[in-house]
Amino acid sequence: MLCKLSLRNISKSFKDYAIYFVTLLLGVAIFYIFNAIESQTVLIDVTSSTKEIIDLMVNMLSGVSVFVSIILGFLIIYASRFLIKRRNKEFGIYLTLGMSKRKVGTVLLIETFIIGLLSLVIGLIIGILLSQLMSVFVANMFEADMTKFTFIVSKEAIIKTIIYFGIMYLLVMIFNTLSIGKCKLIDLLYASKKTEKIKLKNPVICIIIFIISSLVLSYAYYCVSFGVNEMEGANGIFIPLILGAVATFFIIWSISGLLLKVLMHFKNNYYKNLNSFTLRQISSKINTTVFSMTIICLMLFFTICILSSSLSIKNSMTANLTTLAPIDIELYKTVNMTEEHATQYGYSAEVINDSKISINDTLNKLNFDIKENFKDITDVFIYASNDLTVKDTLGNSLAYVKENYPYLDLNSAETIMTISDYNKVAKLYGNETFTLKDNEYILVADFDGWIDIRNKALENNSTITILGNTYYPKYKEIKNGFLNISSNHINAGIFVVPDKAVNDSLKEQEHLLANYKANDEEGKKEIENKIDLIGKENYAKNTNLSASTKLSIYEGSVGLGALVTFIGLYLGIIFLISSAAILALKELSESTDNKERFNMLKKLGASEKMINKALFRQIGVFFLFPLILAIIHSIFGIIFCNYLLETFGDEKLLKSIIMTALFLIIIYGSYFIITYLCSKNIIKDER
Amino acid sequence: MHVLEIRNVQKYYGSRASLTKALDDISFDVEAGEFVAIMGASGSGKTTLLNLISTIDKVTAGHILVNKEDITTLKGNKLNKFRREELGFIFQDFNLLDTLTAYENIALALSIQNKKYPEINSKIKEVAKELNITNILKKYPYELSGGQKQRVAAARAVITNPKLVLADEPTGALDSKSSRILLETFKKLNKDYEATILMVTHDAFAASYASRVIFIKDGKLFNELIKGDSSRKEFFDKIIDVVTLLGGDLNDAL
Repeated sequence: MLCKLSLRNISKSFKDYAIYFVTLLLGVAIFYIFNAIESQTVLIDVTSSTKEIIDLMVNMLSGVSVFVSIILGFLIIYASRFLIKRRNKEFGIYLTLGMSKRKVGTVLLIETFIIGLLSLVIGLIIGILLSQLMSVFVANMFEADMTKFTFIVSKEAIIKTIIYFGIMYLLVMIFNTLSIGKCKLIDLLYASKKTEKIKLKNPVICIIIFIISSLVLSYAYYCVSFGVNEMEGANGIFIPLILGAVATFFIIWSISGLLLKVLMHFKNNYYKNLNSFTLRQISSKINTTVFSMTIICLMLFFTICILSSSLSIKNSMTANLTTLAPIDIELYKTVNMTEEHATQYGYSAEVINDSKISINDTLNKLNFDIKENFKDITDVFIYASNDLTVKDTLGNSLAYVKENYPYLDLNSAETIMTISDYNKVAKLYGNETFTLKDNEYILVADFDGWIDIRNKALENNSTITILGNTYYPKYKEIKNGFLNISSNHINAGIFVVPDKAVNDSLKEQEHLLANYKANDEEGKKEIENKIDLIGKENYAKNTNLSASTKLSIYEGSVGLGALVTFIGLYLGIIFLISSAAILALKELSESTDNKERFNMLKKLGASEKMINKALFRQIGVFFLFPLILAIIHSIFGIIFCNYLLETFGDEKLLKSIIMTALFLIIIYGSYFIITYLCSKNIIKDER
Repeated sequence: MHVLEIRNVQKYYGSRASLTKALDDISFDVEAGEFVAIMGASGSGKTTLLNLISTIDKVTAGHILVNKEDITTLKGNKLNKFRREELGFIFQDFNLLDTLTAYENIALALSIQNKKYPEINSKIKEVAKELNITNILKKYPYELSGGQKQRVAAARAVITNPKLVLADEPTGALDSKSSRILLETFKKLNKDYEATILMVTHDAFAASYASRVIFIKDGKLFNELIKGDSSRKEFFDKIIDVVTLLGGDLNDAL
């Protein structure tokens, strides 16, 4: 009996449930897709280093999934509360007919169960179908070939989805039953009769609050954009973030009060067609939903920032590789390792012995013929001296740096290279070469954050002292250059000094740079594999020789970029769906009230066209308002993300912003259209 | 001149198996400037009749003419135009929009007709003075008493100078004092604005303010009373006589 009632209720109120149901479907499908990525990657042909990154990604995605399920859980509870509110009268009638609250609770329980089950099954089917497309995308992201196409169903992901959503639905059931238990009959029956009280806010207070919160917001904007260099450490971001969130709340609060007041002054427009009605509707809705509007606005803001920066990160990470990793391999090894250093890092005596011979000899010992495999071989040394630490190089600007960058280790030794070594490298890399007088030095770097610090010092003409001799800067600014090949601009500073300035005792590391002796990709890969093999088998044990290769850097970049993109997509889409769903549900839950109002307008003779226009505008503004605010936030958010990602090089931001806009238009836009069509339907069927 | 002509109107509900004749071949006319009350027990078909005249519902057979125009054949935009230009509505539950002030509620009827603000403003000022609601124009419906709300609704109904004002149990939700004030207002509107008013009620007291009362029973015309020169008290007594004759639950309403 109760079961029959529940089923009837569902089919009867399907229109109300449609958005809720679609949201659940999307949630389940996306949850499955991202958790099934692991099984998708089995198909594609990747190297071991990419495989490692994929493993890392799978781990991170499952971590993110917990967070996602919390968000979805809140969304589902919020949504089901809306739906209960809509049906207050129905429950009231059950209770007056003598049904016990327990039984009403059971009806609700069965309904939730049926909807949950349906959404899980259908959502999983959709998810499984879509994840087949995902495998093409995965292969594309990791720049791997799809070896074969197989229809894959991930059992683990299915089970995980069922467990996570099962828990969510269980929580919803508990919440629903509790909320029914607490209800008073009179409130249930007369919930719809309650006339809304309209409190107009004091315009003066609104203006004051608006101005104050605008100022606060501007300050937050300033902090993350133009004033970003003054931000203290990673925690510094929280202050503008919190300020921004609070300011957003008050701006929405004050605008909702002011907007109407202002627009009412344009009397000719205000009293035109249904304008007065539409405006009142909008303002009363925003007025009563300031808090959820704020949450939605912030979620949209995060969505835009996450999507646009995560979509650009992969491009930017691979874009600079040709300049940042101009050669195939860089081998490096500590020279003349001390006992102290060896014990500190747990190196054996063999390693100490090995550090006394050249990289060439070490490789020979490991049966690797350098002449046979490498060309363009360049062998250089870097030097370090305890007399030249970061502190020593800053000169007069030490105080400034101490104050503004309190987290810097000022006691670490600086990297030194001789001019002839540096020029050899620069020539090989295609960078600028230099000449030096006997008492001069040049500072090269490419890490933007450090360039600022260094330039301050160079402006003050700070001298350095090595082995008792003093050197003056040849240029008053940083010169661009680097030694280590990598995916990013990471050179914090190399002091290029005359050859006579250093001696063997200061030798710190030997670097051997080379290209592979091969004509095609295949040949290069073969040599790369040999290096890999050496790394795995011997040399880690008897030497501290390390290698960076262009290929591994490239794969790492691609993998890392893909990882960030996937997590960004996952979070972004979930945020977007959640915020759009809240708006849609809010709008639809009020459709009963609206229905009466629009019927009234019809009786007054408003045409269908007028009414549809009013409805469209009303819902449109309701959807656009938080979006516009979020977009303004995002402009500054993206500027900040750009700053954070600076080390990754120039962003191809425009492309990713367009992609983000597409996502927004498709997901947010379709929620808007569905909401509009649903409301139109609800208003239409008057009989 | 006939403002409203009801010609052999029938309205059936339900299927062939279980047919309900809500209105069964009913005909009457309303002259311009008349104040007509329609009385009948619940289920007699009076609200159905009102719904048909207001084009909210469609006739099964017969014709309804407003100013010689057959409104049973109107469709779409013409129907909306008819509603907004020829009719004014007053409902039992006021049907004011709770998000708008009294002023804006009244203005809406005109702004739907694309009237400009200066005209709207002057008309509202005029009607408000007439109906004695000037001091409550800035208030929201929830701040008003039932009687005040109904007078605002009346102002909204007449401000467009409609051919016909339809009132569905306008005193149904009011106390006796408010009822009296509202009915006096109706009378005034009827006289000063020459508004033709068609009021559905089951309250003999309310009906006694009309110039003519039409009684409906089981979907058919039952009787008709014309006030003529008699006083309101005498007219009321006459109405009560018919009501007694009608019997049924109409008595309960007294």
